[in-house]
Amino acid sequence: MEKIPILRMGRLLLVTIQVDLYDRLAESLEADLVQMINKTGARGVLIDISAVSIIDSFMGRIIGNIAAMSKILDAETVVVGMQPAVAITLVELGLPLSGVFSALNVEKGMELLRSKLTNMERNVDGSDDGSAE
Amino acid sequence: MVVLNKELMTIVREVDVIPFRNRLKEHAVKIGMGLVNQTKIITAASELARNMLKYAKGGKVTLEVISTGRENGIRLTFKDQGPGIANIPMAMKDGYSTAKSLGLGLPGTKRLVSEFNIESEVGKGTTVTVIKWKNG
Amino acid sequence: MKNEAIRILQKKNKAILESWMKFQLLDEGLREDLMSNDDLRSQSEELLSALTSNLNDNNIEDAKSMGFEQVNDILASVSISRAKQGFSPRETGNYIFSLKNALLEILQQEIKDPQELYMQSIKIGKLIDSFSIDTFETFLRGREDVILRQTDEITEISTPVIQVWDGILALPIIGTLDSARTQVVMENLLQKIVETGSSIAILDISGVPAVDSLVAQHLIKTVSATRLMGAECIISGIRPEIAQTVVHLGIDLSNILTKSTLASALKTAFTMLQLQVTRKNVTNLN
Repeated sequence: MEKIPILRMGRLLLVTIQVDLYDRLAESLEADLVQMINKTGARGVLIDISAVSIIDSFMGRIIGNIAAMSKILDAETVVVGMQPAVAITLVELGLPLSGVFSALNVEKGMELLRSKLTNMERNVDGSDDGSAE
Repeated sequence: MVVLNKELMTIVREVDVIPFRNRLKEHAVKIGMGLVNQTKIITAASELARNMLKYAKGGKVTLEVISTGRENGIRLTFKDQGPGIANIPMAMKDGYSTAKSLGLGLPGTKRLVSEFNIESEVGKGTTVTVIKWKNG
Repeated sequence: MKNEAIRILQKKNKAILESWMKFQLLDEGLREDLMSNDDLRSQSEELLSALTSNLNDNNIEDAKSMGFEQVNDILASVSISRAKQGFSPRETGNYIFSLKNALLEILQQEIKDPQELYMQSIKIGKLIDSFSIDTFETFLRGREDVILRQTDEITEISTPVIQVWDGILALPIIGTLDSARTQVVMENLLQKIVETGSSIAILDISGVPAVDSLVAQHLIKTVSATRLMGAECIISGIRPEIAQTVVHLGIDLSNILTKSTLASALKTAFTMLQLQVTRKNVTNLN
């Protein structure tokens, strides 16, 4: 069975989606990623969707699920490289992908995650809720 | 209105959605539809195909390229023999869903296309017809 | 048995053309500036021969019949090209009406029996009238096409995306924001964000006359799409009366960064990018 590779880059995980996701593939990605976060203790997940031309509500839910699960495992998720046409369609569809951070490209996404991690580590005393932007 | 091209596809498994989307994209590109409208109609088609799989265990899609002379477009007709929808106005409201999903299937899909029509009979099945004009 | 009138018209093709040309040239509204007489003549000749050669007993009362396809095609191309060249409806109408005059004139000369003349004139009159209606319809369609193309051009040029700083884009919106316009604005803005790798977009609505709930919804959509891409969107140019209506209409803009002027939006953008603008240190005069 096809699988979507998950790359480890220090404390971050990078997933590049380059094929059209069908349901089972997307679900296995969800499972693999959660396992990987747990195993590596990653603090951030970058999902590169620059090659994805269609995001429907199913795909939207998978991305939302990944973000929510990662959050519970103490990792932030950033979606990078969304195509303009996809963004316009998602807004029209009424799917705001709430709870997911986005960045223009992988580089900016890594910057965003790093600044979040540094912020969190600075507030070791606790009261950081992570979602404040 | 003239039908320039017509084909019928069967969708019974989730993987059937991908060749259907590819075929749809080919036609959209051929009539010169812009990227945003292409994305909208393919996303809408994807939603409707998934609905068909989820509620009716699949069905048939007719893909047509239509023309009014002034404008070209694509018409999709999704026909299933599932349980049908009892309350269509309710199903067309944002945030309503019977199955476990985000509940934005039908109204969200309607916003993505130029024309949307749904007919359903409980116990018989549902037919959804959507049209996306090239510049619509 | 061939209809008398048809036989006459086919035989007198040349005379009809001469008389038609005469009527056309007599008309004060003739646009020699838009079309030369030679062109007009060849255009008229083509149409007339298509008409008389295809005319027969069966189709004389039916302008939509297959036999007249060629006539209809010629008429359509004539009226569309005239619409685009800027002919007026009267000038276009005269073209086909003067043909009717020419045809009737020949019939009058050739048919002696008043009863027969009346019958044939009515038939030919009806046929040409029916062609005229089509001509007008195509003429209008030609004009509509011109208008549609201009509308597209206006939408296109009225939404310029300007890069005001490295990483900051500005988009002044002038005029009403409807859904077609919003689509163009969004597409242009998002495309430019990708091209320039900008992380902040300023949408200036000083030039938008009014903000109702629909316009607000379009603004919110644009902001949401920008955020999905990973950029932030600031809306500037909010006049006091707009703030008032927004609140009175109960529109929630609390999730959106709003500023009253483009300048203050730019300042906010600088802060977000951790940039500082300082006066160049010429010798300190204080």
